[in-house]
Amino acid sequence: MKAALLWATVGAALLTSPVLPGVGQAQAQAQAQAQAQAQPRAQAPAKTTADGIAEYRKMLEDGNPADLFEAKGEGLWKQKCGPRNASLENCNLGKGPGVVKGAFVELPRWFEDTQRVQDLESRLVTCMETLQGFNATEIAKTEFGRGEQVNVTALATYIAAESRGLRFNLPQAHPAERKSYEIGKRVFFFRGGPMDFSCAACHSEAGKRIRLQDLPELTKNPGDGVGFAAWPAYRVSNGQMWGMQLRLNDCFRQQRFPFPGFGSDVTIALGSYMGVNAKGAQSIAPAIKR
Amino acid sequence: MNIKPAFGNTVVGVGVAAILAACATGPSPAELDREAIAVIRAAFRDQNIAKIDRIQQDLGQAACSSGTPPSEALAEQVMAQAKATVKWPTSGQYFGDWREGERIAQSGRGMTWTDSSTATSANGGSCYNCHQLSKAEVSFGTIGPSLYNYGKNRGVADILAPTAQGIVEYTWMKLYNGKSYNACSNMPRFGHAGLLDEKQMAHLMALLLDPKSPVNQ
Repeated sequence: MKAALLWATVGAALLTSPVLPGVGQAQAQAQAQAQAQAQPRAQAPAKTTADGIAEYRKMLEDGNPADLFEAKGEGLWKQKCGPRNASLENCNLGKGPGVVKGAFVELPRWFEDTQRVQDLESRLVTCMETLQGFNATEIAKTEFGRGEQVNVTALATYIAAESRGLRFNLPQAHPAERKSYEIGKRVFFFRGGPMDFSCAACHSEAGKRIRLQDLPELTKNPGDGVGFAAWPAYRVSNGQMWGMQLRLNDCFRQQRFPFPGFGSDVTIALGSYMGVNAKGAQSIAPAIKR
Repeated sequence: MNIKPAFGNTVVGVGVAAILAACATGPSPAELDREAIAVIRAAFRDQNIAKIDRIQQDLGQAACSSGTPPSEALAEQVMAQAKATVKWPTSGQYFGDWREGERIAQSGRGMTWTDSSTATSANGGSCYNCHQLSKAEVSFGTIGPSLYNYGKNRGVADILAPTAQGIVEYTWMKLYNGKSYNACSNMPRFGHAGLLDEKQMAHLMALLLDPKSPVNQ
């Protein structure tokens, strides 16, 4: 309950400002935190850690802070803004202009107008360009947690939430969609970097973990609300809302890879691979995570 | 930090013959392999210390980049190459201090684009991310096997005894370049890839093998 109050306060700040103040700092802090997490915790007994997380989840059952981002995203969807002073209500997320419900569990998919397979976030940026007059390339280059990227995350949270409880069913009828899946599979198994890691190094076997963190097996359907079916998610450890693009970006960081472009074909192909593998899994996004 | 590609562009060249053979139903697996490489090359950019040369695969990385393991012959080749890279400690000192080893094993730092240096001093061994080691640390990963009692289980009572030499050299080689024994091992090649220096590896050797180390209690 105390926590819910705290989030409500934080959320009020989020909702009132179109561009989050100090998010860049939060990002830097989050990175520092992420590094700190890799540091010794010799005396922390497993039971306490696990219990702590369970307790926290319970405490937040009636108030996932993601709700606040969802509400912000809904506002942004309907609000007129950008150089053309237009809303996104006519955005086609794959099921026709303005159709939001069910769109999330069918992405990434092929789009005729852009001649590309796109995921939720890259598609939202396309609509922000075509409908509102923003510059898609500029948004793609913007750091996570800054400028319009903050709004993309909130919008993605809203769109995902509108498909809560629905089951993943990505279309594979178009040759480009099948190809995206096949490329994604190859990216998933691609070993590289100074530590020889691939996605598969951590996510191709059931029941494995890094430290105490459980790792979803992503080469097949990992189950309802696991892996692809859980993001966007609110991360308790750094107090940030993360979309799938940032989730993948940070995976690559920890894989010791160079930097994947926002909405690049690598990230979208991985989305196709995980999304198709998750066929039938129920979406719980936006979820709450460690 | 730069892992040199051992066999140049073998990975990229595979597709050419396949394109000619591809039928109308869609791209062939080999063509998709080639396209995936192109997609990967187009997607990544340098970010601080994490440069795009990191996606230039060497023979072993390319051989272990699909759901199916490499052929026995290719795996043999990868392991032989790996073995040839191993450098024994120039000082002749295989062992440092297990306390330092524990510190290195705990640290998961290093080599990401948010790290400022590729120097070995900036890196940890990330051992606990994947392995159980000392009994006291309960926050350990399970991607690798438990290494609790590593030395004890192998009968190491005196790390300097001639009888221990075999396991000492094996362990050094495993740390330096674990692909010497398992072509597609998930373990980083700490020596070969320049992740840890000789001294750091010697500290880890002590952590694993010293009878006084918490790993062997």
